[in-house]
Amino acid sequence: MPHTVTAAQVLDREFLTIRCKLLEVAAALDRIERGQGSAASDPRMEKIRATLAVLGKDGGQRAEQLQLIFSLPYEPAWRA
Amino acid sequence: MQFFDPHIHMASRTTDDLQAMALAGCVVVGEPAFWAGFDRSGLDSFRDYFRQLTEWEPKRAANYGIRHYCWLGMNAKEAENRAMSCQVLALLPEFLDRPNVLGVGEIGLNKCTRNEVATLAELIKLALDRGEQMLFHTPHLEEKYRGTRMILDLLHADSRTDRSRVCIDHCEEQTVRVVLDEGYWAGVTLYPTTKATPERAVDFIERFGPERIMVNSSADWGPSDPMAVPKFIFQMRRRGHNDEEIRRVVYENPLEFFNQSRNFQ
Repeated sequence: MPHTVTAAQVLDREFLTIRCKLLEVAAALDRIERGQGSAASDPRMEKIRATLAVLGKDGGQRAEQLQLIFSLPYEPAWRA
Repeated sequence: MQFFDPHIHMASRTTDDLQAMALAGCVVVGEPAFWAGFDRSGLDSFRDYFRQLTEWEPKRAANYGIRHYCWLGMNAKEAENRAMSCQVLALLPEFLDRPNVLGVGEIGLNKCTRNEVATLAELIKLALDRGEQMLFHTPHLEEKYRGTRMILDLLHADSRTDRSRVCIDHCEEQTVRVVLDEGYWAGVTLYPTTKATPERAVDFIERFGPERIMVNSSADWGPSDPMAVPKFIFQMRRRGHNDEEIRRVVYENPLEFFNQSRNFQ
């Protein structure tokens, strides 16, 4: 990242985009809840809840953590 | 700014796209052989497709001042069909010496099955036996992480692998670090919904530096954008990167990678 950019400048640039995308997520989750029946026990909902927990934490590499939540596990001994 | 789109499926795109790309500064495209959206019915379909990539598409691109190169192989989706894969493997040497062929690709895994792995191992052996560069497709979504790791395992199993002549494509946050750490080139595909976006691709450059990273549109018959690389350039500028830094990623890097192929001029 260019060294002259401050965190406050990045926030200025990204705030409306973040706000928009969080609202889209919130509205989509509301839409699921308004649907008939329940999807609460669907494994994909569990993954969504896990990613939302990551977003609430401090520390970098949130995107990588989200990707791994949505990934199947790798078994190093897969060829055995 | 002049740029390469090192991974795009022009056979699935219109001449209007070629014109728009040329107007935006595209000077070179790399077109890997891939799945048509449906399984081909026989070997002649592959033969005609390889003719299209080596005979027709270079002429079509040249009309817009764009130099067209391609990669030939058995795609990860149809690699599940072992009988067809064996026939395609036997067909490939007939085409690999054609003047616009950069190497073997895009090859890789889709669902990470035994059949896909068997086909991929044979494609890697063919490429190494012939001294070809390789371009790898990594799987979609939840399969990407384990599929990428399995591809690296297969490459590491043969001591002839020259990592500087291999691109692991469609990298995202969960795979880009290991690909770069292991000494391979990392391709980053800019897609509207899946894979990476221009904004996240700029994050990769800022986190890991520009060395051995290439960005591409991988535009094809599905939701994709042949103007994705110019949009990446725009995001780099918006975030304060100068033209020299941008050119390194969109021009110098693919030039360095392609230049290792005997057919690149």
